[in-house]
Amino acid sequence: MAHDGGLVPLRRKVQLTIDGAHVTATEGQTILDVARSLGLDVPTLCFAPNLSPANACRLCVVELEGARTLVPSCARLVEPGMVVTTDSPRVRDARRMVLELLAATVDMQATPRFAEWCARYGARVDRFGAPEARAVVDDNALFVRDYAKCMLCYKCVEACGDDAQHTFAIAVAGRGAHATIATELDTPLPDSACVFCGNCVGVCPTAALQFRAEHELRAAGSWDETKQTRTDTVCPYCGVGCVLTLHVQDDRIVKVTSPSDSAVTHGQLCVKGRFGFEYLGRR
Amino acid sequence: MFGAGGGTSSYREVGETDVILLWGSNARETHPIFFHHVLRALERGARLYAIDPRATPSTRWATRHLAPQLGSDIALANAVAHVLIDEGLIDETFIRRATIGFEALRTAVADASPERTEPVTGVPAPLVRELARDYGRAERAMICWTLGITEHHDAVDNVLSLINLALLTGHVGKWGSGLNPLRGQNNVQGGGDAGALPHKLPGFQDVEDDAVRARFEQAWGASIPPKKGLHLTDQLHAMERGALRALYCLGENPAQSEADAGRVRRLLRGLDHLVVQDLFLTKTAELAHVVLPAAASLGESEGTVTNSERRVQRLRRAISPPAGARDDLWIVCELSKRLGRDLGEPVAERVWDELRALSPMHRGMSYARLEALGGIQWPCPDESHAGTPLLHDRLWAQPREGPPAPFHVLEAEPPAEPLSDDYPLRLTTGRRLDDYNTGVQSRAFPSPRRRAEETIDLAPSALARFGVREGERVIVRSRRGAVEAPVRADPGLPPGLAFLTLHRPEQVDTNLLTIEATDPRAGTAEFKAAAVRIERIAPRPPAEAGE
Repeated sequence: MAHDGGLVPLRRKVQLTIDGAHVTATEGQTILDVARSLGLDVPTLCFAPNLSPANACRLCVVELEGARTLVPSCARLVEPGMVVTTDSPRVRDARRMVLELLAATVDMQATPRFAEWCARYGARVDRFGAPEARAVVDDNALFVRDYAKCMLCYKCVEACGDDAQHTFAIAVAGRGAHATIATELDTPLPDSACVFCGNCVGVCPTAALQFRAEHELRAAGSWDETKQTRTDTVCPYCGVGCVLTLHVQDDRIVKVTSPSDSAVTHGQLCVKGRFGFEYLGRR
Repeated sequence: MFGAGGGTSSYREVGETDVILLWGSNARETHPIFFHHVLRALERGARLYAIDPRATPSTRWATRHLAPQLGSDIALANAVAHVLIDEGLIDETFIRRATIGFEALRTAVADASPERTEPVTGVPAPLVRELARDYGRAERAMICWTLGITEHHDAVDNVLSLINLALLTGHVGKWGSGLNPLRGQNNVQGGGDAGALPHKLPGFQDVEDDAVRARFEQAWGASIPPKKGLHLTDQLHAMERGALRALYCLGENPAQSEADAGRVRRLLRGLDHLVVQDLFLTKTAELAHVVLPAAASLGESEGTVTNSERRVQRLRRAISPPAGARDDLWIVCELSKRLGRDLGEPVAERVWDELRALSPMHRGMSYARLEALGGIQWPCPDESHAGTPLLHDRLWAQPREGPPAPFHVLEAEPPAEPLSDDYPLRLTTGRRLDDYNTGVQSRAFPSPRRRAEETIDLAPSALARFGVREGERVIVRSRRGAVEAPVRADPGLPPGLAFLTLHRPEQVDTNLLTIEATDPRAGTAEFKAAAVRIERIAPRPPAEAGE
């Protein structure tokens, strides 16, 4: 976390090589941490800085000298003497295939940067066919679940579970091609253990989970992130002091998130912080 | 505490401690993101002791749940102190170096064994001993509390009784050990920091200290009344005496949020002049002679707030307020101008810089630094200072810096209003996850979990005792007023305790029941303990008589 008041436990330094550069990293960092600190643009979907690595999407794989397979950079901790290549032909091939397979099974159209990555790695999104349509699950007033867009990265499950919220309202149900994220017995969310913190929505990388306002604006064709501002302020409710990032389009709050590097929230919010702003519009 | 009005630790320390006493707090529902830090500690193997008369979503996470009789917190804390001393779990070096008054406390709790206090607290003695041993032996341990400690007529003594435990064991002023009140509102801490207290100027500087006042008078070019002012409870008493005739009320809804609300409404109605500045036409605003529509702090205003870990963070404007609503700061400056004193441009950063110039603990917190560091924890005396995640490490310095921390000898006191044959049931109040205070802000969002109707919650066994059924509408009556609500059975409540929230006063006007028994030192009423009875509305039909 960036905002720790300077109190950081002592850690050993680790020397390694990334893309030919000799780097001094800190024990406990991942290859991804170090690559990003060097300004290298390693693509990720299932990684979030405030969740433990899921190792699900395989988009962040890099080549590690001496390793038989490519390694997921989001999960692999740095070790002394590592020699890492983040953009070798083998890495590019793997990423291209990952993108093509995702495009064949998941509606990735609302995923930020997906098209850019496909172009970068030469992925042909129609190579393996098109994903099946699925009905949007619209069972509560606060957010919708559009599982046609779900790539089963498990971030929502982890955020609802022991990475943050500890509510355990959702899990993976079914096997293989039938695997999906579901509540217990697939009940509607209001009948489940869900407490509507929205932390699942906050970590979703593909917009499979959408806040109500975003869903309606997208349906109307007027969702436009280039017209949105993001402003950090503080929640008006209890005294914990959670940082709220207000996403505003046309002078209206359309989404509330929290920075993952906030020492207060680690990017997580409760139902009031996430959804409790509607009173502003009732005057 | 020990001369500074704030909790001692950072949230991060909560996640890195070994033992947590969560006392009089349902943080899982009322401070959910603070509870995430507790969960981080539990994931690491920490033990959580939840002390609450009710079983709640918080107590479900506890290693042990201690359910004392409501209002017996001092007796319970004294019993813990007894075990700590009796079993040699105290830090004698810390006590000798950093505290005063130990011998008096030792004498006072000599007879307060858990076995002896069990009839008062209702907590099995072995549980008290287990808690004391775990707390006493831990390398790091925290006490965190909320309104279950402070909304009592002996609020200050309740807090002091918890401070005793930290001083006995040295669980304060070091990483992972501390004493932390969780603030109920987003700027309770910051209001105090900024001097919105009747006896303090910004930075907790005493208004009755001539030297302090002189500095402020010089900066402001105005004289400051040399005597402390009135806190809310004093104000109500002054209205009762006719000594206070006009009130300017900003962002507060006392007609519904104060204890014994019937009395508060009578007093507000009796004022010569009431000005209310708020986002909505609240019940209090309805009583006002003048209402000033205000911009919201969320998204519509610039400024700062301080949280429960003393972190000052910036409020930023992102959207326009509705037409006609003005920023609080603009309104105050404009009022001042019309009263003959121009305070200058109403710019939040300018006001903040003025406060920094006068309050040493805020001096290093420029807007630019607050932005760069993600907020700063006070004290922050200069612009090279990173802020203070951990307060009172001075107690561990050798030689100790500053005055010693005092122990306090405390007598256990029952709630102000005793139970009687007429009012045999204890009523306590609290919050639920998806609502907040009198609901003025929270009621607007469509929470899928919100109940259709506010209920009076009773222990399942109490339904039979009062001859009522789940869902039946009943009258809940105290000596001060009555409300009507449907009954809900809550297995988390002990038999003698009823529970209401304040969230929907338009349905259930809970504060008509509560008692304005107030700790004169804190000014907080005993929202947590009134005496009530349950009355059936319809007489029982004959067919059901044999039930």
